[in-house]
Amino acid sequence: MSRTAIEAIGLNKWFGDGASRTHAVKDVKFEARFGEILYVVGPSGSGKTTMLSMISGILRPNSGSVKIEGTEIWGLSNDALAEFRLHKIGFVFQDFHLFPRLTTAENVAIPLILQKRNWDEALKEAVVDLEVVGLKDRTQLPPVKLSGGEQQRVAIARAIVSRPDILILDEPTASLDGDTGRNIVSFVRQHILTDQRCIVIVTHDSRIYEFADRIVKMEDGKLMDVAKENLDAQ
Amino acid sequence: MNGILTLAFKLLVNDRAKYAALLVGITFAVFLMIEMTSLFAGILTRSSATVINIGASIWVMDPAIQTVANSIPLPDYVLDEVRSIPGVKYAVPLYSGAALLKLHNGTFQAANVVGLDDSSLFGRPVLLSGNIDDIYGENGFIAVKDSEFYKLLNPTIGTEFELNDHRGVIVGIAHVAASGLFGVPTLYTTYGRALQYIPNTRFTITYLLVEPKTLADVPMIKQQVASAGYLALTKDEFVQKISNFYKYKTGIGTNMLIMTVISFIIGLSISGQTFYTFVIENIEKFGALKAIGAKGRELMFMILFQAAFVSLTGYGMGVGLCALIIWLARLYLPDYAAMVTFSNLGLAFVMVVVIAAISSYVGVRKVLTIEPFDIFRG
Repeated sequence: MSRTAIEAIGLNKWFGDGASRTHAVKDVKFEARFGEILYVVGPSGSGKTTMLSMISGILRPNSGSVKIEGTEIWGLSNDALAEFRLHKIGFVFQDFHLFPRLTTAENVAIPLILQKRNWDEALKEAVVDLEVVGLKDRTQLPPVKLSGGEQQRVAIARAIVSRPDILILDEPTASLDGDTGRNIVSFVRQHILTDQRCIVIVTHDSRIYEFADRIVKMEDGKLMDVAKENLDAQ
Repeated sequence: MNGILTLAFKLLVNDRAKYAALLVGITFAVFLMIEMTSLFAGILTRSSATVINIGASIWVMDPAIQTVANSIPLPDYVLDEVRSIPGVKYAVPLYSGAALLKLHNGTFQAANVVGLDDSSLFGRPVLLSGNIDDIYGENGFIAVKDSEFYKLLNPTIGTEFELNDHRGVIVGIAHVAASGLFGVPTLYTTYGRALQYIPNTRFTITYLLVEPKTLADVPMIKQQVASAGYLALTKDEFVQKISNFYKYKTGIGTNMLIMTVISFIIGLSISGQTFYTFVIENIEKFGALKAIGAKGRELMFMILFQAAFVSLTGYGMGVGLCALIIWLARLYLPDYAAMVTFSNLGLAFVMVVVIAAISSYVGVRKVLTIEPFDIFRG
């Protein structure tokens, strides 16, 4: 059995106070391992995004513990946590969030720039990763000149350029048509997943379930393991 | 940090429309601020032109004097009294008054006539042509070649005119440090001839020009003059007094101040709003940067750098534009009084820094409050 990448125990998060208090994540236990693609599925408002934010060091839980490669991330200072995310976690956002005024290469180089790497050196490495995602000939174009699928690949290149151990993809197929979405996740499965990397994907899209190693389902703030076959049947 | 600065720079300049709007806003504001304050500086300098050009160390006058142009004649005995003060090296009378000239083509032209002490010619201008001794010749006048010179129909040595039915002859062309404020040409002659040609009141001395033996004598001279019921001011004090009059007692200063403040507000409005829009449009991207691992102070540094860069560029362009406009204006309007001083530049710089600080403060606040979680939540 492979090493544990992320381990969360007793995670709770609520918003608001008094009568308006919403308990978004309820006593969740979560584990993700290196070498696997783990899907987090569930209906809108079930708490998927809240949980994802807590396990990736973005949203502080009200209680519970999150360990990434053995480090208790919520015990770190804000700056140390930001540094930790920068080196250990790659994000692919639902709307990509690429800077429209920068070239694709510059967009991809951003995590390296934030790591205080030299600008030219960062751009060279970004071009290498754009080649990995099949966009070598698009390096100097702004993202708005690319198709949705290509923009998603740029976002993936940006997420992997700093060689993070953990990759988090938030609804990676939400803005793409069916075939493009499948191609993207298939690509991630074939080229991005390694034994040294853990990939967590939050999705609604049942058409890509086949690429998951394991699927967990959030419902009303609670997390449960489910078999792929059961979800396919739903 | 260089990579982050490059990133900030590219985010700013690649958004050409907003970058241009920011530059135009700040350039325009700087241009207006410097133009307004330069005009004021020009007016103030010109208002003290006689004091600057004559260059005496101490000026003795009636205490009611507000500007060098509004003279209150002094009795002759004041000259003797001042000369008798220990510490006075010498004291001479000065005449300064308005006259109406009839030029050789028959037209009339108002002029300022300065009468220099007959024996010493103290305060005489630098001659461009002619001989200073010729001022003692019959009907001799020296014309000042400043921006008003053409109003005398560009006279040369030997050009004649009439002053109060007296014949006058130009015997020299002179250069002075500052032109007058009121748009009239200046003629120099001797004190005696000025009194002879121009109708006068009972008392005739406009100012007494005093040279102290040493600088240490100045306070005592001022005290002695004050005890006689008159006012002695050093050159700088007199210039300051005139400046204060125009600043605080004529409305010119208030109007200029209001225009400068309006320029500042215009600049702040344009650049503040544009910068705020720029940050708001990129706010999700900044949130994404935070999620990736950018620290709050790094994002703050990026925004401050952008604000500083655009402000300094706009400042430079504003100063350049102002210099260009003044240069062009002087080509066609020799009387144009604007004068760019280090104080003008410093004031505009401070105001630009304030514009940048306020604009970036709004942006920084917005960026610091964006939560990466909001990016995930969509």
